[in-house]
Amino acid sequence: MAELQIQKLVKRYGDFHAVRDVSLTVADGEFLVLLGPSGCGKTTTLRMVAGFIEPTAGQVRLGGTDITSLPPWKRNAGMVFQSYALFPHLTVAQNVAFGLEMRKAARPEIDKRVEETLALVRLEGYGGRLPRQLSGGQQQRVALARALAIHPDVLLLDEPLSNLDAKLRQEVRVEIRELQQRMGLTTVMVTHDQEEALTMADRLVVMSEGSVRQVGSQRDLYERPADRFVAGFVGRSTFLDGTVEAPGRFRTDGGLSLTCAGGQVSNGGGKASLSLRPERLEVAAAPMAGLDNCLPGTVEFVSYLGAMIDIHVRLSPADRLVVQIANREGGFTPDVGQTVHVGWRASAGQVFNK
Amino acid sequence: MTTRRLALNAAATVTLLYLLTPLIFVTWLAFFRQEIPSFPPEGYSLHWFAAIFDEPKFVSGFTLSFQVGALATAIGLLLGVPAALCVTRFQFKMRAPLASLLLLPLIVPGVVLGTAMYVFHVNLENTLDVDVLGTFYALVAGHVVIVMPWVVRLVTTSLAGVDRTTEEAAQNLGATAWVTFWRITLPAIRPGIVAGALFGFVTSFGNLELSLFLVAPGHTTLPIVILQYLEWKIDPTIAAVSVVQILLIAIAMLITDRYVKLARIV
Repeated sequence: MAELQIQKLVKRYGDFHAVRDVSLTVADGEFLVLLGPSGCGKTTTLRMVAGFIEPTAGQVRLGGTDITSLPPWKRNAGMVFQSYALFPHLTVAQNVAFGLEMRKAARPEIDKRVEETLALVRLEGYGGRLPRQLSGGQQQRVALARALAIHPDVLLLDEPLSNLDAKLRQEVRVEIRELQQRMGLTTVMVTHDQEEALTMADRLVVMSEGSVRQVGSQRDLYERPADRFVAGFVGRSTFLDGTVEAPGRFRTDGGLSLTCAGGQVSNGGGKASLSLRPERLEVAAAPMAGLDNCLPGTVEFVSYLGAMIDIHVRLSPADRLVVQIANREGGFTPDVGQTVHVGWRASAGQVFNK
Repeated sequence: MTTRRLALNAAATVTLLYLLTPLIFVTWLAFFRQEIPSFPPEGYSLHWFAAIFDEPKFVSGFTLSFQVGALATAIGLLLGVPAALCVTRFQFKMRAPLASLLLLPLIVPGVVLGTAMYVFHVNLENTLDVDVLGTFYALVAGHVVIVMPWVVRLVTTSLAGVDRTTEEAAQNLGATAWVTFWRITLPAIRPGIVAGALFGFVTSFGNLELSLFLVAPGHTTLPIVILQYLEWKIDPTIAAVSVVQILLIAIAMLITDRYVKLARIV
């Protein structure tokens, strides 16, 4: 295992910037997740690390060595593909042995390593089967075993769970994460699924339109999103649009004057958004005391989600919020059309320039 | 539902009979006893099959056709497989025209192709001052042109079905581009290669028009021998030759089908 460094990586296709100036360091044994919507450049970045795409500019260093211009077969990176990309004409054992054969390992050594690796992914006894005789989950594990068998310096996972059904996905997440921790694998995973990213990562990188928006832990991204995009992409946010009229004062487009956390405001009265987490808002039939903001509104829509209930409240003709409340027995559940009061502390919100 | 099914089966049967009738009659004829092919048969006999071997031209024609077909197919594969890879895998300016050009011999009438090659060979012979016209290798070279479109076509179809990420996976595991081709791509397109070779060989083996322009007098391919024989004599020997030819091709297809399911490719 080794440290992976990505320095000022750029990929341009004509005028289109697929990846703009991405710099990241993945520490030895760290699980880094690149998270973003499709087309954000996360897969292009991963493929540049694997060597399938030649960067327009920048450097990839693995264990201190510059590998930017090495062909894929000279990089010791194990990759798990979204489609698994198993060799259909080879058995499971032959698939896993492939990388070792390429490294000219001796036959007894190969057989031993194949057996060990298959045991690692709980596929003992499946060595003689062909990929098409396995279920999706088993194929996924063969793909993982094949990448691990070569003892890669870095493990690259390209949406490895997206072809599994929801229940299996949750199990495999934990399984891969435990394996990664036990073996101390330096790992980079690409995904658009934030729950998957949050479950598995040591550190996350949120990307959008080819650029890194924020790098941090789960808590960093959730509590202190760097911009409106991250606030909306990681977890849920509900936004009020308006302007900052004075430090600590936010005026919505609908004319409501709100108290917001100070310090984070200074954009000269330009357009801004106040971002709030729906579960940090409180709702009650009567005005609430002790909160920085408390406003009356009309319930427009209620969605019952089981453990949670979403309540859409209109505060003014231009302002609407989503409040999420826990579905407690005997708890307050307003009906559509009812007038309620919504309140929150100033620290629950964050103002972003638009 | 059942009437529709019946209509469908009836249509299929009629079509199949339409296709098979000539083959059935030729086969039947090969076993007639009388020399003049007329119905009804006066009796049955196997002696027309023996007659094939009394005519050395048939044997030498068969040998030549087989040699030309085999060599042309081998060369067609060596050229056609890389050509198919080239037009499916690489983006370049002349890609679409090149792809069409490679299939063109399927569309151009054999007579036109033969005339063009004849003229070409005459010019080549005059320019280089070596024997070209009527040589075995000139004949093979001509047949390569009609074999190659089949190889290109069927291999291209196979290549379209290859999962490119398996090739990336191989490279990721340490295989060079060349090793990736041998170990991953080639096994995946093998059915296309086998089918291309089979169809190419059959096309070459049965070709008449092109060969007419390229053979030397007295040393000709089987279809030309058959044609020449028919010009002065009509007896069931020809039918017997055809039956042998049909059988050989059928056996080749059956053997091929054991290794690759032809129905899946063609």
